[in-house]
Amino acid sequence: MAKYSLKINGKTKQVDVDPSTPVLWVLRDHLNMPGTKFGCGMAQCGACTIHLDGNATRSCVLPVSAIGKSAITTIEGLSENCTHPVQKAWLEHDVAQCGYCQGGQIMSASALLKSNPNPTDEDIDIAMSGNICRCGTYLRIKEAIKTAAKN
Amino acid sequence: MKNTSNRRDFLKSSVLAGGGLMLSISWFSEAKAAEKIATLNLPEQWSELAAYIKITPENVVKILCPNPEFGQNVMTSLPMMVAEELDCDWKNVVVEMGTHDNVKYGPQFTGGSNSVRMYWRPLRTAGAAARQMLIEAAAQTWGVPASEIITNAGVLSHSSGKSAKYGEMASKAATLTVPKDVKLKAPKDFSIVRNSKKNSEGTKVVTGKPLFGMDYKVDGMLIAMIQHPPAFGMKLKSFDATVAKKMPGIKDIFSFKLYDDGFEQAGFDTRTFNEMIAVVGNSTWEVMNARKKLSIQWEAAGEVKEMMVGRGGKTEKIVPGRLETTSKQLEMMAEFANGRHSAKPAKELRKDGNPETAFKNAAQVIERTYNAPFLAHNTMEPMNFFAHVQDDKALVAGPLQAPGWMEPTLAKILNLPADKIEIQMTRMGGGFGRRAYGSYVYEAARISQKLKVPIKLIYTREDDMTYGIYRPMYTATYRAALDANKNLIGFHVTGGGIPENPIHANRFPAGAVDNYLADGWEITSNITIGAFRAPRSNFNAAAEQSFLDEVAEAMGKDPIQMRLDLLKRAKENPVGKNNDYDANRYIGVLELLKEKSGWGKPENVGKKRGVAAYFCHASYAGHVVDMVMRDGQPYVESVTSVVDCGVVVNPDAARNMVQGAVVDGIGQSFYGALTHKDGVPEQNNFHNYRMIRHNEAPQKIDVHFVENDIDPTGLGEPPFPPVFGAVANALYKSTGKRYYNQPFTSEQPKS
Repeated sequence: MAKYSLKINGKTKQVDVDPSTPVLWVLRDHLNMPGTKFGCGMAQCGACTIHLDGNATRSCVLPVSAIGKSAITTIEGLSENCTHPVQKAWLEHDVAQCGYCQGGQIMSASALLKSNPNPTDEDIDIAMSGNICRCGTYLRIKEAIKTAAKN
Repeated sequence: MKNTSNRRDFLKSSVLAGGGLMLSISWFSEAKAAEKIATLNLPEQWSELAAYIKITPENVVKILCPNPEFGQNVMTSLPMMVAEELDCDWKNVVVEMGTHDNVKYGPQFTGGSNSVRMYWRPLRTAGAAARQMLIEAAAQTWGVPASEIITNAGVLSHSSGKSAKYGEMASKAATLTVPKDVKLKAPKDFSIVRNSKKNSEGTKVVTGKPLFGMDYKVDGMLIAMIQHPPAFGMKLKSFDATVAKKMPGIKDIFSFKLYDDGFEQAGFDTRTFNEMIAVVGNSTWEVMNARKKLSIQWEAAGEVKEMMVGRGGKTEKIVPGRLETTSKQLEMMAEFANGRHSAKPAKELRKDGNPETAFKNAAQVIERTYNAPFLAHNTMEPMNFFAHVQDDKALVAGPLQAPGWMEPTLAKILNLPADKIEIQMTRMGGGFGRRAYGSYVYEAARISQKLKVPIKLIYTREDDMTYGIYRPMYTATYRAALDANKNLIGFHVTGGGIPENPIHANRFPAGAVDNYLADGWEITSNITIGAFRAPRSNFNAAAEQSFLDEVAEAMGKDPIQMRLDLLKRAKENPVGKNNDYDANRYIGVLELLKEKSGWGKPENVGKKRGVAAYFCHASYAGHVVDMVMRDGQPYVESVTSVVDCGVVVNPDAARNMVQGAVVDGIGQSFYGALTHKDGVPEQNNFHNYRMIRHNEAPQKIDVHFVENDIDPTGLGEPPFPPVFGAVANALYKSTGKRYYNQPFTSEQPKS
């Protein structure tokens, strides 16, 4: 076990966990932040996507010991009161079916738009192909990303 | 509780604590089980009913959704049906998930494309009754005839200028008699139904609120995982947990049995493995790591006897012990299909006319065989469940499709009366049929029962994908007899599978061909199977719709025209009885599909298009897919979809569902396969079980609904099956080659 001081959603959080513990489980089990989802545990599905210093990162294979001073943003901290353009676009296009993957989709999409404010279809495909949606909402996700890009 | 005028009434009113109206609905009187209600000690027990409509003095309309949500939009569409007849303002509606009560509300089953169909009349009746009571309350308060009061968006008004919000009259309304007969709106008067409403939990989803079973947490809760055998047909021999138990955070490790010897399994108690090891500890990562340190010996399970109970009484089932390999399964299916397994001949399912003679006299016989592998559901949220079992009661909570079917089994396993078991339903991160089977619920209960503490059982993706309850492995051989004029004079389908046959003998083209034969056979297996977004239909639609495409080509006909000709026959002069589809609605879908896709129009002539249509769950769906070759691979670029599911309650959400079904169908038909080697699943996570991804989804999916006023029929499943056939037919146009084996990208499963 080791103590870590983590910068999450603008706040500092202390945890005392095994250094190998993935950030996903630190968030879910130790910090009571279940918005980041477990899907595969091997960075294949994207349900666990967070921002690490603004970059989309799969938290299920990211040991807490590797974080250092980097800032973590989770779906809970993407905006106050659901005001992020990507979240708003998701509601406008009524994207979600079951909704389980959507937090991860939104984190990937918001990271994409930060680095590339006007992505082409191909840019979107490349940035989003690590996020599986079993309900098949890909088309609406793409439309929502384009709407968010406009706003 | 007031005004219980008739114990068989399905609506009850009462005054809310703090004022307001609560209208409770019991499904049993509608579900033809009124006798069950009569056995209840009424009226006292009515006071225990959970409410399904509450109107507070503050004018908030709270509607509880009876069925669990797994992405099919019931938490929005079912309340819309209530709100429509209640004539309230949708902005004031708050939706909550209902609790489970088996005795009073039935199984609350989500699946079989059933929720909207089943509740269409009861929920609207409830809304209409509440509205009528509010009108009556206003009439009495104002001293005017009820017939002169009108409602609009949650406001009562009278020509004298008097008006009141529903909330102001709710407490008085609650003291009135529930009306016996209420008039439901004509579809032309709908103002909420048929007008798209946003997902009632949308904001919670996009802000990461705890909604799912995985997110369920109580103080003092431990995390549990199971270790199940690595192969179907294996069982636990012995294990040593000395090292694992010393790992940090670990509380206990023990083996447990799912069912006691002689346990009688109901239909959804499917047992894949009976003895498993539970690892229980403080946190998920600690439990995952300790589990890896277990030293376990497995052995062959051999033949296992299971006692099944169902409508047909008790039956004993022998589960074979062989360790299965996919290539051998395919060989075995071919032997059965060829009738070489004379000990187990195919069972005749339907016969019209004289198919033997028709085939003997045929100028041309076309025969094709289609195969499909097991499919894993791969819900994005792996199986999980919370359980807190105490000496005299139990609470279980999590994602499941059929709480009512799990409850009797839980009662048996835990040796508790059903009314001491509380089942809470969370939002499900996908279901597709998988969560209708309760073994993971029972496992959680068993673990908590032993430790007497609250636990949450979590499956890893690997646990989930290798646990079984798959879409079965299927095969079907189709034969068509054509006469010298290329008329279809005979049709024969023989189908089978591991472990069930897929044939729907009374579906199209039954009823459209004079000489028709359908038969089926089954091979028992230790690989467990379950519902999978219309499992038999999605296989049949792939096979039959590909075959009809090939037959149309042999007949020299356009594939849509060929289907329309057959359906015309089925409509005007049907062959045989018990044709379980409505040829007219089928025709309607194909006609609209033709129009909307511009089928046969000059601008579409060069396109590589495939068409298919299918009927299931009382609805009709068809697709035209346009395929291109992209980087040497077939890619479905755009799709035109048409569905006849009667009245569409929430059109935009319904379109979303159809688009999702199209994407799912393309993905499963191209990539889906769960294969086995010596009983071991060869795929266990998304690195080797390929799922369709963003870049592989079509760029456009145009969805059209046949407009009619028919009571709603199914939607979750019906658009899914025909995707497989349309993709297969487009592949033929793109590559010049017919695809007979799923998944289409590999043509043949691996082992």
